[in-house]
Amino acid sequence: MTKHRKWLLSCIAIAAFLAVVFLLEQTIPKSSNWSMLFTVLEKGSIYALVAVSMNLVNGFTGLFSLGQAGFMLIGAYTYAIFTIPPEQRASVYQYFDGGIITFMLPAIPSILLAGIVAAFFAFLIGLPVLRLKSDYLAIASLGFAEILRAIFQWDKLGPITNGSNLLRKFTTYHTSLYPIIAAGICIAIMLLVINSSYGRAFKAIREDEIAAEAMGINLFKHKEMSFVISSFFAGIGGALLAMFQTTIQASVFRAALTYEFLLIVVIGGMGSVTGSIIASYLFIACREWWLRFLDSEQYIGDFKVPLLRAGFRNVVFSVVIMIIVLFFSQGIMGTKEFSWQGLGGLIRKIPTIPARLRRKFKKEAQVNE
Amino acid sequence: MLKIENLNVHYGGIHALRGVNMHIEQGKIISLIGANGAGKSTTLRSIMGLVPKSDGKVIYKGEDITTTPTIKIVKGGISLTPEGRKVFPDLTVKENLLLGAYLRKNKAEIQKDLEWVYELFPRLLEREWQIAATLSGGEQQMLAVGRSLMSRPQLLMMDEPSLGLAPIIVKGIFDIIKQINEAGVSVLLIEQNAKAALEISDYAYVLETGTVVLEGPGKELITNDEVKKAYLGA
Repeated sequence: MTKHRKWLLSCIAIAAFLAVVFLLEQTIPKSSNWSMLFTVLEKGSIYALVAVSMNLVNGFTGLFSLGQAGFMLIGAYTYAIFTIPPEQRASVYQYFDGGIITFMLPAIPSILLAGIVAAFFAFLIGLPVLRLKSDYLAIASLGFAEILRAIFQWDKLGPITNGSNLLRKFTTYHTSLYPIIAAGICIAIMLLVINSSYGRAFKAIREDEIAAEAMGINLFKHKEMSFVISSFFAGIGGALLAMFQTTIQASVFRAALTYEFLLIVVIGGMGSVTGSIIASYLFIACREWWLRFLDSEQYIGDFKVPLLRAGFRNVVFSVVIMIIVLFFSQGIMGTKEFSWQGLGGLIRKIPTIPARLRRKFKKEAQVNE
Repeated sequence: MLKIENLNVHYGGIHALRGVNMHIEQGKIISLIGANGAGKSTTLRSIMGLVPKSDGKVIYKGEDITTTPTIKIVKGGISLTPEGRKVFPDLTVKENLLLGAYLRKNKAEIQKDLEWVYELFPRLLEREWQIAATLSGGEQQMLAVGRSLMSRPQLLMMDEPSLGLAPIIVKGIFDIIKQINEAGVSVLLIEQNAKAALEISDYAYVLETGTVVLEGPGKELITNDEVKKAYLGA
């Protein structure tokens, strides 16, 4: 298949997908059960964006950073603070005399600003933190995110951040296409970075730092670059998440949020953008929609299904994760990416999948014996 | 071309290099032989600036590069093929080679050198799109040497290129080293395989516990009694 044809196919696929989403949005009423589909598409896209940004650092550059929630927090707050209409500020900042900012910016510049502010903080934090290795980097970045959350909830900063109160009434979007397209553009930019010579250098650092340095790659500069780019897009992801939720509060951005993305990256495959995207949609669809029934009591006829009650969903989720870690440690995609040829091959392989899985489990069982 | 004066390196409390003096002439193959732990790899790594030096000087083309960062040294034309090959296992052969040319910007020149490397190692061309981890040991060594050449070095330093390879492949690697040298690249070679190294070297240094104990033209050292006893097993 020629390069030209692949491009054409990709463009058609993207256009068709957007058209389908648009049509569905026009036809499915907000009250129907199927409106969950839009939640999944919107939140899934936002999660995909943040997951890919996390993958850029953790999967492609091989740095174990857990600061994603912190950078999302910065992005979300930056966006929200600058897009609350001046006439609404008195009611939002009711405990702080309407806050100290008396103007508002349009949505798109604010989203970009959210990314830039997050990237700026990443740059500052990266200077000391990126000199640490593996576990230490994880601890330091996690600590940074937690400190940030505490600072944003601090009363003294109330005139800007509204303390521990909600930020609301900021500009939001009105169509599911908005987050999908925004996340799509951001992911496309990250793909360009990954496939550039910088991306190659990131991967070289992941594989072997000494050899990378001997090639003349400046380790620190490239780590910092990857970290800043990742945080920029995490900030944008935070801004989009704020739009999705319509209100924002620092307590949402706990370490648990970072773990969700870590989970998505691992399930999708460290070092695969496609994997992160697929895993994001799967994760959100399962959590918000498909596995919801586990959380309420269900009856089949007169028979009450045992175990099902509030919280059981998380139990099932944990088991699924354990299965993935034990048997599919490469994740869904490993380090492979989507390609049209790969898709063709996959479709031809579908009939053989049950047999292949049987063989795989047999082999694992033998190894475990 | 490269002059090392009284080089000292400490690893914590260990005094790894104790005043090494070496001189590498333009266009020659120089080899550095010695037992395990004699300080051969440390010498190369400290030339590249990968290990901090505690004393001494490294002078490259009349310029003091003792404290120059690695990147500038690579830019200046010194390239290291690290010990144990150290190819990037999850990247393709081509990506590995292009990483060798990371500091160069001229695409046409890079392409030309890529073709030269493929000419030296036709096996790499066959496996251009293969993941480096799936190559055999010999092919990985070819890749490591090819990758070093991609920075278009004037001085190529190789750390045990024959490590763990079958004799026939070792011979191939040494032929290539001669070919590379004939193309105008000076070579500094570390080898356990002393005989093969001495045969192709113009000059050689014998290192023992961090100091040069013997030096001379390669052909002379082969017949030297001490070298024979210690390294050639005669």
